[in-house]
Amino acid sequence: MSKTDGAFVQAETGLHEVVRLEDVTKVYVMGTNEVHALAGVNLAIHQGSFWAIMGSSGSGKSTMLNLLGCLDRPTSGRYYLEGHDVSRLSDDELSEFRLKHLGFIFQSFNLIAQLTVRENIELPLFYLGWDPEDSKQRAAELAEMVGLGERLNHRPSELSGGQQQRVAIARALANDPSILLADEPTGNLDSVTSEQIMDLLGQLHDQGKTIIMVTHEPDIATYAPNCVHMRDGLIDRITENGRTLEGVR
Amino acid sequence: MKKSRIWRSVLLGINTLMLHKLRSMLTMLGVVFGVASVIAMLAVGEGASKDALEQIRKLGSNNIILSSQKPVEEESGGSMRSPFSVSMYGLTYDDETRAMETFSRIRTTAPAKIVRKEGRLGTRTLDLRLVGTTADWFRLVKREMIAGRTLLPSDVDQKAAVVVLTEYGARRLLATRQAVGQSLRLGGEYFQVIGIVRSEGGEGSSVQTPDQQVDAYLPITVARERYGDVVSIRTSGSFIRERVELHQLIVEVENTDHVETVAAGLEQMLKTFHPKGDYRISVPLALLKQAEATKRTFNIVLGSIAGISLLVGGIGIMNIMLASVTERTREIGVRRAIGAKKRQIITQFLIETMVLSTLGGMIGIAIGVAIPALITYFADMATVVTSYSLLLSVGISMSVGLIFGLYPAKRAADLDPIIALRHE
Ligand SMILES: Nc1ncnc2c1ncn2[C@@H]1O[C@H](COP(=O)(O)OP(=O)(O)OP(=O)(O)O)[C@@H](O)[C@H]1O
Ligand SMILES: [Mg+2]
Repeated sequence: MSKTDGAFVQAETGLHEVVRLEDVTKVYVMGTNEVHALAGVNLAIHQGSFWAIMGSSGSGKSTMLNLLGCLDRPTSGRYYLEGHDVSRLSDDELSEFRLKHLGFIFQSFNLIAQLTVRENIELPLFYLGWDPEDSKQRAAELAEMVGLGERLNHRPSELSGGQQQRVAIARALANDPSILLADEPTGNLDSVTSEQIMDLLGQLHDQGKTIIMVTHEPDIATYAPNCVHMRDGLIDRITENGRTLEGVR
Repeated sequence: MKKSRIWRSVLLGINTLMLHKLRSMLTMLGVVFGVASVIAMLAVGEGASKDALEQIRKLGSNNIILSSQKPVEEESGGSMRSPFSVSMYGLTYDDETRAMETFSRIRTTAPAKIVRKEGRLGTRTLDLRLVGTTADWFRLVKREMIAGRTLLPSDVDQKAAVVVLTEYGARRLLATRQAVGQSLRLGGEYFQVIGIVRSEGGEGSSVQTPDQQVDAYLPITVARERYGDVVSIRTSGSFIRERVELHQLIVEVENTDHVETVAAGLEQMLKTFHPKGDYRISVPLALLKQAEATKRTFNIVLGSIAGISLLVGGIGIMNIMLASVTERTREIGVRRAIGAKKRQIITQFLIETMVLSTLGGMIGIAIGVAIPALITYFADMATVVTSYSLLLSVGISMSVGLIFGLYPAKRAADLDPIIALRHE
């Protein structure tokens, strides 16, 4: 498997690489069986870009996102996040990276039930050791931004799915992450609400956030100017600002 | 910063526990009852042994108490003897001198000669137990003075007609503090009241000292001279005449370490000179040691029972926390994804179990303090809640939280974030 330099072609934006994957593999060993969830992936993602990762079920999308999210380590290959090689870091160091550089949005929102909206948004700040007053203020601003300024003291169970996802987005933004990672963010939402959430992500992209999103739905993927198509643990094709690179391996 | 974070974690823990109030309460019950039983049982045990120990201690740990005892054969054969025969038994003046001369470790001896007489003060009368003794007696039995003074060596030497009353006796004779200086008639003789001592009520101890409430203390020389050594006791139509020189002899040993050897020596000596076995020897120190050993055994048994109940309580907490970890797998995954380190997950769960167990411990303390109070109130039993049992309980309940919380917390922290996030 050879690395094609074409994989790193990027519009002449002058923005730096936030993510760089070099020959990344992820192999799950199940007894005598080896599952190559990622079979050698090369990818560069520049600051401020908005990417969709598409592909059929089992093609390795979530595996890739988990690696990008520092929730996992590659079996081989290198992963540079903000210029640091994070492919061999310890559990604590990965946690530190997630805390400082990453924000997660999940399909099932994953808000913590016993916490209020405000406390949920404050969660990353709590682990960052922020002053309680400052985090309160920041949480209020973020809630305002996602349109839930009035719901700060509500519990997640009192909110609709779309509202919960907005809270989750606010929480993911609390630490001002380099990358926002979303695994099927609209998977549990109806089409109208999905649109609203995607509009919100679009706004964040316009404000300069780097976003990587896994999705099944082509409609949703169109919100992202760039798209990685996966098949059998490999990048099948990359669509970047309308240009398509076939068979990038 | 660090401190406020821990405080916030505690608040969060309480918050989380409040979500399942009933479950949290039930989880705490084990620790509540464990702690309550530790405190209550220790309080009852302490209360029961305290009186006994106190009483024995009052007898003096340096003292050996010898008393006269009517030999068994004489007692049974009493009715067949002539009404004028005199049965002789008990400790003698010689015993006292001999003990003093034989054992260099003996510091002092205080003899007691007991005679029953009616006392009269003004118009009131009371049957008194006259105790003829010496000045040393009061020091050895540690009787508290209320008014006046106790006997002096000079009273004994000069055969002064003076008497010391007990508080109880004085009250029965309608004498107040002013009774000191008044004349008390004992039998046919007049004595001057020189002092009043605190009564030592309290039976129940296995050691009998002539410390009954109606004692009146007078110099032994006077008692001997006026009342002699022979006592007549009227029983069902016949007189029994007894000759007893000394009813009791308190021997004070120089040093606690020598009490046991001197006691053994005295026993040997008495055995030689009193083949009838008309004496009894009791060693408060030995009794004290025995009582303390009993108390220790008691405490160990109680401690084990309480320990087992706390163990059960701890296992209960662990069980619920393990269930809670499973239930909150997603939450753990989210926290880890956000950037919480393993250590922080451990802290979070440990704080929760410690809040549970400490709160349970505090409720347990409240109940554990209330139970002895109720026992004292309703059953009129002495109980003593010691501060050490409270500290012990707080310590134990917190360590139960720590020990039984560690494993579930570790389980939570070791979850793979990806798997945790995927958990349904
Ligand atoms: N923890 C694991 N252990 C073993 N195999 C795994 C594990 N996680 C993923 N896999 C395997 O790796 C492959 C890729 O899985 P992944 O979850 O990345 O797929 P996906 O593209 O996200 O699919 P979907 O669209 O269904 O979410 C699959 O064959 C899957 O069975
Ligand atoms: Mg997936």
